[in-house]
Amino acid sequence: MMLLQAVATATHPLSGSVAEWVWLLPVLPLIGFVINGLLSLNSAHFGPTDPSTAGHHPHSQSAAEAPAISHAEEAGAVGDDHHAVKRHRFAGLVSIIGPGVLILAFALAVMIWQAMVGAHPTTPFIQRYFSWMPVGDLQIDAAFQLDQLSMVMVLVITGVGALIHIFSVGYMQDDPGYPRYFAYLNLFVFFMLMLVLGANYPILFIGWEGVGLCSYLLIGFWFNDKANADAGKKAFIVNRIGDFGFLVAMFMLFANIGVLDFVGLNAHAGELATNGGLVTAICLFMFLGCTGKSAQIPLYIWLPDAMAGPTPVSALIHAATMVTAGVYLIARSAVLFSLSPVASLTVAVVGALTAIFAATIGLKQWDIKKVLAYSTISQLGYMFVGVGVGAYVAGMFHLVTHAFFKALLFLGSGSVIYAMHAAYHATGSHEDAQDMRNMGGLRRYLPVTFVLMWIATLAISGIPPFAGFFSKDEILGSVFARAQGSTLASASWLGIPGNYLLYAIYAIGLAAAFMTAVYMTRMMLYTFHGPNRTGQREAENLGEAPWVMTGPLVVLGILTIFGGWLNLPAIVTEYVPLGPGQVLEHWLEPVVGAPTEHIIAGAPQTPATTEEFLIGAAVIIAVVGILFAWLRLKPDRLPTAREAVPETGFEKVVAHKYYVDEGLDRAIVTPTYAASRNFLWRIIDNGLIDGFFVNGSAALARGFGWVGSRLQSGNVGIYAWVLVVGVLAMLGALTLHR
Amino acid sequence: MAAFLDSIGYNNWVLPALLIIPLIGSILVLLAPVRTTDGTGVESPAARQIAFWLFILEFIVSLGLWWSFNPSNTGWQASVDLPWIPSWGVRFTLGIDGIALMMILLTTFIMPLSVLGSWTSIRTKTRSYYALLLILTSGMLGVFLARDLFLFYVFWEVMLVPMYFIIGIWGGERRIYASIKFFIYTFLPSLLMLVAIIYMGLQLRGQTGTPDFSYDLLLAAGTLSSRAALWLFAAFAFAFAVKVPMFPFHTWLPDAHVEAPTAGSVILAGIMLKMGTFGFLRFALPLFPGAAMNPTVRLIILILAVIGIIYGALVAMVQPDFKKLVAYSSVSHLGFVMLGIFALTLQSVQGALMVMINHGISTGALFLLVGIIYERRHTRLIDSYGGIARVVPMFAAMLTFVSLSSIGLPGTNGFVGEFLVLIGSFRTYPVLAVIAATGVIFAAAYLLWAIQRILFNPLDKPENTHVPDLNRRELALLLPLIAAIIWLGVYPAPVLRRMEGSAQLLVNRVTGTAGNVAAINASEVGR
Repeated sequence: MMLLQAVATATHPLSGSVAEWVWLLPVLPLIGFVINGLLSLNSAHFGPTDPSTAGHHPHSQSAAEAPAISHAEEAGAVGDDHHAVKRHRFAGLVSIIGPGVLILAFALAVMIWQAMVGAHPTTPFIQRYFSWMPVGDLQIDAAFQLDQLSMVMVLVITGVGALIHIFSVGYMQDDPGYPRYFAYLNLFVFFMLMLVLGANYPILFIGWEGVGLCSYLLIGFWFNDKANADAGKKAFIVNRIGDFGFLVAMFMLFANIGVLDFVGLNAHAGELATNGGLVTAICLFMFLGCTGKSAQIPLYIWLPDAMAGPTPVSALIHAATMVTAGVYLIARSAVLFSLSPVASLTVAVVGALTAIFAATIGLKQWDIKKVLAYSTISQLGYMFVGVGVGAYVAGMFHLVTHAFFKALLFLGSGSVIYAMHAAYHATGSHEDAQDMRNMGGLRRYLPVTFVLMWIATLAISGIPPFAGFFSKDEILGSVFARAQGSTLASASWLGIPGNYLLYAIYAIGLAAAFMTAVYMTRMMLYTFHGPNRTGQREAENLGEAPWVMTGPLVVLGILTIFGGWLNLPAIVTEYVPLGPGQVLEHWLEPVVGAPTEHIIAGAPQTPATTEEFLIGAAVIIAVVGILFAWLRLKPDRLPTAREAVPETGFEKVVAHKYYVDEGLDRAIVTPTYAASRNFLWRIIDNGLIDGFFVNGSAALARGFGWVGSRLQSGNVGIYAWVLVVGVLAMLGALTLHR
Repeated sequence: MAAFLDSIGYNNWVLPALLIIPLIGSILVLLAPVRTTDGTGVESPAARQIAFWLFILEFIVSLGLWWSFNPSNTGWQASVDLPWIPSWGVRFTLGIDGIALMMILLTTFIMPLSVLGSWTSIRTKTRSYYALLLILTSGMLGVFLARDLFLFYVFWEVMLVPMYFIIGIWGGERRIYASIKFFIYTFLPSLLMLVAIIYMGLQLRGQTGTPDFSYDLLLAAGTLSSRAALWLFAAFAFAFAVKVPMFPFHTWLPDAHVEAPTAGSVILAGIMLKMGTFGFLRFALPLFPGAAMNPTVRLIILILAVIGIIYGALVAMVQPDFKKLVAYSSVSHLGFVMLGIFALTLQSVQGALMVMINHGISTGALFLLVGIIYERRHTRLIDSYGGIARVVPMFAAMLTFVSLSSIGLPGTNGFVGEFLVLIGSFRTYPVLAVIAATGVIFAAAYLLWAIQRILFNPLDKPENTHVPDLNRRELALLLPLIAAIIWLGVYPAPVLRRMEGSAQLLVNRVTGTAGNVAAINASEVGR
């Protein structure tokens, strides 16, 4: 098989091991996509052989097909969605294939990981399959690269992905588009694995845009609702703005060092070191791509709308995996970013501003998924602070722990929405099942979800020993350490000395951590505590979801509790024998070790007392945040969504997300549309070019023709007149000339 | 495969055969019975069946070129050289290089599909219709094959006439206006080109006193003054620019596209627009490298190309008629081709060639899909639809997929072309390449918005609730296009390899000669 042409890997420690099967990782979900996609289209009916009369004479169809159509009509809908109430015909098969390919992929990933642990390779394992775009000195191969960084991502994607697929079996069970849902979800995993396994930027870019496509398809999964279709389209287009930046970064790389693969980049990046402006430009264009995919300022606007998709999709794509691709991209390009302090600081600044900006919006949202959406944006900001200050391990660490606790939070909210929806469905109510003002007191009805979500809330708030505490603390600690001495601290950013900037970022990070604790506690209070606001009859129908849904929640809960063990800081392991420290740091050493060294070169060691103080401060801030929310907010007195009075003043501005969407709409979308329609099309195209020049010249020719035809009317009188006028004109001209 | 082809002398007869099969075929089609014998008065399906199988035959015959073509040979292949009009010095000289190879395969691939696309939508005068399609094919192939400028001009005009009738007779409501506009608009600049061709032929007049229109001799001659070359280049460039069409010479296109029957639009977009860019690659650039490389001329054309990319996309965005939207998207795509050609790096030219192929496939497929839904609902207005993905899931899947390839999603053909054009252009014109790259954003905007309004949103119009999905014929006609989209997106290397020699030769010739005409001409003669 062509796929197995492993080239130039004979000497690699992983060659001959199970790692040779790395190509199977994305192929498994691709197979799932193909099968589920075909099952989804299977319920479609072929149209009549001569469609041109179909619109007018529906009964002239051939006898064989007419019954099928009329049957579908009776069912009330046609095609994919035509079993509106009962489960899809192929639900059983899809339930096996959809999650099955993910479980297999995860098992394979674990085996490969085992092989890597044993072999401990210091160079990436490259598998080259075929030449994708060979054009002169541009040689782009279809090749995969397996190293410690991509391994971490593969484990998260397949592991968390498998759990979310299993959860979806329950969550989506009654949806008429069940096979289509799993087809998209499988396709997403395929592209996500392409993204993290690609051995060069263009292959990575296939995954990069591919996950955007799946995000588009899944956000607009219930496409007959215009808001969902709008949200999907918005996500795709905003991402494309970022992709434009990514493309330009690739062009600049190729034009200047002639390579686009990661091995070549590491070898040639040094050539760029002399041209600081160029490296900065490349990194900034690349970062524009990250702001799109990972929802950072200014391109974050699509992610809150993306909550229109099914909740497991929000968990997988819009929290755990796809949106972290930007963080991965920077870690992957660490060798470039470490060469440009300005670009690195920009990343950190944007990350910090996004972290606090999104956190403020999160404080005033009522939709449970919107709270989590802004929380995700905010947490992604932390990750960018991490990779921005050259703490690539810390950024990746937070990426992993965030995947655990945010997936748990989203799936937990999915479980809540599922219960709310079932309750409203039972009574025929049309209230909003996602509005926290309609919830309240759910801890009595959803005890498992309640406990697990509290664990995740403590984790995201930064309470030890949960996962989020260690990773967030490591980011903030790194910022502080970099401020005290590093290439970043001695650089200047827009005239601001780097060390001041880093202290400011640290302060912003702490402030955002406080707000995180507040808005998460607020969400828990309004959802699970206080009195129940669903209504009497609805409350009787509230209940925990089936085990196929709560099972994955429990697993994620365990990961949220113990995820921090991935990279325990030395300061902790010194005093408390919890286990080996800095596992992830050692693991990623071969990939990001050198760039990290480059950034912290010559930095002083932070004293242990300072580190202890920093940790103490972070914990105190988190605890104060939780207590503040606990004491200030009164879930007992909260009115339901229907009775609520609208916010006023600044609260209203925050609740409306600072009116950014409305502003962009007025400033960019509407004017572009109006200008294109009224000016470019109507005036320039139809009026000037076509009307004046093209048809004008035609009219001119017709005019000449008309005059000519008048002249040749055969009327001798007119000929005589022309003759006379001509003679007079000539005589006059000759006379005047003299 | 190559050995088998050699044994039947394939290279000796294939090119004339490709021109003759459709011509003989057109006579066969005209001999087909007019009406069915059952007395219903319905036109006989014989004509379309004959035409379909002839196009399949043509495709199979042409397919041998894929294997018989030698990518490492940059000269003419499968050449044929016969005297034609000796007293004028016109010869019947045919041959292909890597560029023509792919254009021929694109043509023979699209034609049977366009017959399938006309299967039920063309109901009147079917014999004449299919006969014209066949004659048109000979004309189009001739343009790609001709190595004699006079012969080239003859084919260039031959393909105009059948298309004029196809639009004028089987077109929509404003077909007369559209067909006349199409004819005159593309014919007038061609006349300028004819003058230029005759001038050049007379310049080459040897001792015998007869003019000579041989492409190879003209290429080697290099006797033109730079002033004359500039004027001649202008004449050629104008004829080609209208055909491309380049902004601002594009306004015939939306009218012609919208009024043409489905197959007419498919052929126009899929193949005939490529005549313009092919003309630049074959004639305007290599024959007048000095003029084409003139910094001012080059910059003007490049800026018009980039304007075309953005302008075409923005105007496409606001079209209420889906077919017109696709037409304007062609202006945008062909802008990428022009950018790639005039940026003149190996990557950009290869990319331009890929966009030419991809545009033929993806836009062809889009027009077929528009035709399919038009046959059902008799409207092309985007607002007449909404939410129909529920009703016609297969159609929805196809339209979504083809649209994604048209907006250049990586993994589909569209990405390969645009990526190569942009990465190649960035080397010579970084600013223009960056501006052009914003086209990827606008492309997503106009197509995704359009398919949202057609396929998604509420299914709120009762007349849309019973639209039948694709039938087997329509699926069969779309599947080859889908396969091509994936193949060219995932594994374009075989195509790129076959074109690389010709693309490299072009770049060397034009960039090399611009500085020192005499030196390169000497080596050219030596070759």
